[in-house]
Amino acid sequence: MPEVKTQAFRNSSETALKNTQLQQALKRAGTGFDGARRQAIDSVGAVNWDLWRDEARKIKIHALENLDYYLDLLEQKVTENGGEVHFAKDSEEANLIVSQIAKSRNVQIATKSKSMVSEELDLNKVLEKSGVEVYETDLGEYIIQLAEETPSHLVAPALHKTKEEVALLLHEKLQVPILDDIEDMARVARDVLRDKFFNADMGISGANFLIAETGSLVIITNEGNGRLCTSAPRIHIGITGMEKVIPSLQDLGLFLRLLPRSATGQHLTSYVSIVNGPKRETDEDGPSEFHLVLVDNGRSRMLADPELREALYCIRCGACLNICPVYQKVGGHSYGWVYPGPIGAIVSPELVGLKRASDLPFASSLCGACKDACPIKINIPRMLLHQRHKLSESTDVSERNIGLTGRLAAKFTGHILQHPKQLSITRSIIRLIQLPLSNKGTLKKTSLPILSRWTKNRDMKVIAPKSFRSIWQTELYKDKD
Amino acid sequence: MNHSQTNITKVSLFCTCIIDQLYPEVGKSVVNVLRQSGCEVDFPINQTCCGQPLYNSGFTRESKKLALKVLNDFEHSNYVIVPSGSCAAMMRNFYLDLFAKDQRNLTRATAFAGKVYEFSEFLVRVLKIEDIGAKYAGKATYHPSCHLLREIGEREAPKILLDNVDGLDLVSLHQAEYCCGFGGSFSIKYPHISEAMGTDKAENVMATGADSLISCDMGCLMQIDGLLSRAESTVRIRHISQILDREIHSAGS
Repeated sequence: MPEVKTQAFRNSSETALKNTQLQQALKRAGTGFDGARRQAIDSVGAVNWDLWRDEARKIKIHALENLDYYLDLLEQKVTENGGEVHFAKDSEEANLIVSQIAKSRNVQIATKSKSMVSEELDLNKVLEKSGVEVYETDLGEYIIQLAEETPSHLVAPALHKTKEEVALLLHEKLQVPILDDIEDMARVARDVLRDKFFNADMGISGANFLIAETGSLVIITNEGNGRLCTSAPRIHIGITGMEKVIPSLQDLGLFLRLLPRSATGQHLTSYVSIVNGPKRETDEDGPSEFHLVLVDNGRSRMLADPELREALYCIRCGACLNICPVYQKVGGHSYGWVYPGPIGAIVSPELVGLKRASDLPFASSLCGACKDACPIKINIPRMLLHQRHKLSESTDVSERNIGLTGRLAAKFTGHILQHPKQLSITRSIIRLIQLPLSNKGTLKKTSLPILSRWTKNRDMKVIAPKSFRSIWQTELYKDKD
Repeated sequence: MNHSQTNITKVSLFCTCIIDQLYPEVGKSVVNVLRQSGCEVDFPINQTCCGQPLYNSGFTRESKKLALKVLNDFEHSNYVIVPSGSCAAMMRNFYLDLFAKDQRNLTRATAFAGKVYEFSEFLVRVLKIEDIGAKYAGKATYHPSCHLLREIGEREAPKILLDNVDGLDLVSLHQAEYCCGFGGSFSIKYPHISEAMGTDKAENVMATGADSLISCDMGCLMQIDGLLSRAESTVRIRHISQILDREIHSAGS
């Protein structure tokens, strides 16, 4: 598992807001993806789009409710196709499976197409330790690998970098001139990677979907790197979360309509690869071995919680990141672990431990834009509220992180709000504190605790001289019609 | 039910704690507009808060107690009018989640939810009023609050009402449907993110050249006003009721 920095959310988000290069990159990417998504939806019509979302959600619900059955079927079909299925309960087990395959088959070079689950495992490091050269082949991932960073977005991993930064990085790491044109930069990467594709012993891919009835692994890309990773080397390992299984090929069509439109606004990605195991006798080429590693790593815990189960419906399109005003401000790395943005704020705490990531469920204004953008209609705000509830009030101390003071403060607030008279005394006290600091009903700056959290960069409205309820009683109620 | 002007519609006002404590003049305008629209308004005097601040902080048990108080305070009401999309969403949608496992109160909360309307929604959807007969000389822009938009699902009603205000020059707001960054406790827990979001909003508001910013939620307006005021902007914040209130504008203010 990669280093967990979820506890540093407050500090990293503060730093991110001050990082002018990051802010520039976020601004440039900003509404681009989301605008393209909206256009794609317009072109199919909002009514159709909504029907597709409902249908896709139904399929995901069905697949997850019957996960045992579909995983069994998937395993049976993959085996019939000549592949091998491995179940890994956690990242250690998954890493062991992959590194043992690599070791026993004398793998020197591995090429990888994009896989968020492999980030969850920190697989590259594990393989490199056992002497395998690993090359990320998705352009964004390759940039990130050169920079020794982690992805900051589910679909566009190098979104946090400006093209100027990438040009410098290529110049430093690959000794090429500082390039200005994005196509030229892509050509540099292509020249390096082309050679790796043909010399790799092992190709590693993720999966966008797994088809139970045919035992297929589906990946969609725009660069063709996925197809080269899964077909050129002698071994192909697919690694993904066990929730990626859908029942049938017929279901796939719907998801192929939803995912690219939601992610990049494309009607279809340039490549859709449906991999059905290793080379058959009649095939001219293809890998001679196919392994599918299905990772649990906390997913069955989420599946068992009816309040959080729907987070497993996620197809990792990134639409919720692209529309989230918090993500747009703090960027993906602030979230401190593999999965950023609104969906990450739910998934990361469940996978690394809620208490360890207790800042994330609160890292949202609950504006609900993510829920509207989600192609599977995942109710992200509701799950964030559920996690907040667990952190604040759970009877299970392993989940709860709000201390006695916090709980007493909530109880006290609740108590005052139950009693209008106490509320009116409280308002008078707050007003008395505010008045000497204020001018014409506005409080500029103060160092008083809590108030200062508001007033650092915002003016504060002072409690009004009379409450509405007293105005009602003195003016409004009397001259009632 | 017939809502023509000759029939009196009895409504109860839930004024929200922000209006009660910080913006009582908004409550006055809400009452004025409702009365001008032929409603008999009552204000259950024991009401306090819908419980959303506690609910959003994860204190479900505490917010449940407040929700029960609201159910009791408004037991008698035919309509509960809420001048806030956010509080209306809490009372109409999230109470159902709060009581999901408590059948008796779930039944009560469900019946209650059917009576709850956000202020502008009530005027347009229930009273069927589109032109309230208000006048307002000025250029304004409108910020649709997230919960009104996405939880209540009301995109049109405020715009219909504002479009019919005589003399009002309503200009569109860039990235209008982006959150202002208030988010209740979020604004205090992560002030730096909240301010960054709010600054974008305030800058977009100032770029319109409007003299007033209108919304249906004083929470959002308080946040945006905090940033406008710090930037020494002259843009004034207005709850929609203050634009629609004939009493204010006939007095020439």
